[in-house]
Amino acid sequence: MSGVLLEASGLSVTIDRAGRAVEGVNLTVASGEMVGLVGESGCGKTLTAYSLLGLLPAGVRAAGELRFAGSSYDLGTPASLQPLRGRDVAMVSQDPLTALNPVDRIDRQIEDVMRAHLDLNRAQRRARALDLLDRVGIPSPRRVARAYPFELSGGMRQRVLIAMAISCGPRLLIADEPTTALDTTVQAQIMELLSGLVRDEGLAMLLITHDLGLVAQHCSRVCVMYAGEIVEQGTVEAVLERPRHPYAGALIDCLVSREVGVTRLSTIEGSVPEVGAAIEGCRFAARCRHADDRCRATRPTLAPAAHGGLVACLRSEEITLAPIDTGEAQL
Amino acid sequence: MSDPLLRVEQVSKAFPIRGGGSLQALRNVDFEINDGEAVGLIGESGSGKSTFARIVVGLERASAGRVHFQGREIGGLRPRRRRAIQRDIQMVFQDSRASMNPRLRIHQIVAEPLLTHGLDGSRRHVIELLERVGLGERFADLYPHQLSGGQRQRVAIARAVSTKPRLIVADEPVSALDVSVQGQVLNLLKSLQEEYGTAFLFVSHDLGVVKFFCDRVSVLYLGRVLENGVAGPLLSSPNHPYTRALASAAPSVRVRDQRQRIVLSGELPSPENPPSGCCFHPRCPEVIPDLCATVEPGRSSTEPGMARCHLLTPARTTEGAS
Repeated sequence: MSGVLLEASGLSVTIDRAGRAVEGVNLTVASGEMVGLVGESGCGKTLTAYSLLGLLPAGVRAAGELRFAGSSYDLGTPASLQPLRGRDVAMVSQDPLTALNPVDRIDRQIEDVMRAHLDLNRAQRRARALDLLDRVGIPSPRRVARAYPFELSGGMRQRVLIAMAISCGPRLLIADEPTTALDTTVQAQIMELLSGLVRDEGLAMLLITHDLGLVAQHCSRVCVMYAGEIVEQGTVEAVLERPRHPYAGALIDCLVSREVGVTRLSTIEGSVPEVGAAIEGCRFAARCRHADDRCRATRPTLAPAAHGGLVACLRSEEITLAPIDTGEAQL
Repeated sequence: MSDPLLRVEQVSKAFPIRGGGSLQALRNVDFEINDGEAVGLIGESGSGKSTFARIVVGLERASAGRVHFQGREIGGLRPRRRRAIQRDIQMVFQDSRASMNPRLRIHQIVAEPLLTHGLDGSRRHVIELLERVGLGERFADLYPHQLSGGQRQRVAIARAVSTKPRLIVADEPVSALDVSVQGQVLNLLKSLQEEYGTAFLFVSHDLGVVKFFCDRVSVLYLGRVLENGVAGPLLSSPNHPYTRALASAAPSVRVRDQRQRIVLSGELPSPENPPSGCCFHPRCPEVIPDLCATVEPGRSSTEPGMARCHLLTPARTTEGAS
């Protein structure tokens, strides 16, 4: 594929005394595209993201190879990722209040990031901080620059975090549930801002979310994770309109059922298996309404699917997943 | 028609602010729930939704206005008198972990309200309740932290229905859960509602969830009800510009979603210093200059119910409908 910026291959993450949390993940992101990484809580989305930045907590180890803009890095050696972190690859996390230092003013925190990575003098950093705050849509940058995090609303704090993330001109932004803590009207503003960075400035973005609606509206490609593995990936049109993996189909169904007006919502019974659970065969089989004996014995691997993407399901070709109703949204 | 189960009239709530002044969390809110009816309360954080829910269950007292339950004024009752009706009004909170004593086992948690009200708190009865919410006996001796979020919320529901209440106040009961699990919990609430005829005050910011669960809905903004009415039509074709923006902001899973997206500017203003006139005017995409900033709009009838917006007053509608 041309224009590939990030390519992680054979990425796995192991938690001490628990086991494998992420296994054999291959992930690519090209310049100027927003890729969604979706799945329920506990599927390994966030661990995948943190391992790309070398930011896993103690007791959690990654393995695998990372190629970024033509250079190779070892995901098992977090220190080797240090030159990328904050400069070429930046992160926007879910909770801006814990990501910001509560006792420092906003301008100081943005300038700290620049001081670590850019060769600018103090006045230049100050000017750039104000410019960044303006670019992320903060109405009075001078006032906000002198504020402490607690003085700002959740939406404003998230804008500050985005300003910090783009302060050193990164080529890839990893956004981990960037709007989950926000109201829908503010979520719409923040997603508009992030989409603009991708569309207008050619930034690449990995959007980690549990919300397939956000993926449908903002991403061009999507990877669906279940229990530490990617089970389906492809263009958003392919995966969301013609899912080939029962898990992806069921997740979509959960949302569609509440848009169309039903007497009972679609659900996925059961829950994601715990990290380290010994499962033979397909990890989703226990919750899958299409699973048969073969599924419970043989672990499927990602293979090309009819929609042009990849699917890890033994029965993908045999089963019919209810087509997604393409009628007008009711809400 | 008989009296509604819950009738809230002109309820206001002001919290004093350190250093003088007050924060007006609710202003002149009217609200009704009939027997067996599910009514949604939607709005952004800071709109006063949770304060309203807390007043209804008696965790907070209104500064002004009346709260009638089964025809009786309950807003000013002292705690001891209040206990008698508490059995009929139960609550399910958003954060099930914070609403359970971490040192009690599940069967003790579910038995608590039963024992408080002198009802059958036996282990056998508690296990029946746990089975009713889809949890078996094997959960009875566990502690809250050993359960998943969805399982804990089922325990909270078992605890709430244990006294056979007439009204359950559910404050964002599924917001903390994955969408796959949200469906499980909402389906359970719905079947319990059908089985027991329990009425619900359902507080949520998620319009899809409200549309599924509720018969009617009220839209709260800075402590005021901007629009209310029958849930389906109100959410499909809202009359108030704020409800329209809320409805269009929820991202659809349909890739080729052709709805016009309304992105509001700014954020909810501080309730310490609410805007003049219509409280929504600083963010309203359809604001009428001069008028909206100075005059607070009255109630206009709409097909699903009512809305407060100058665009809907007869003099302003283009057809001049009477």
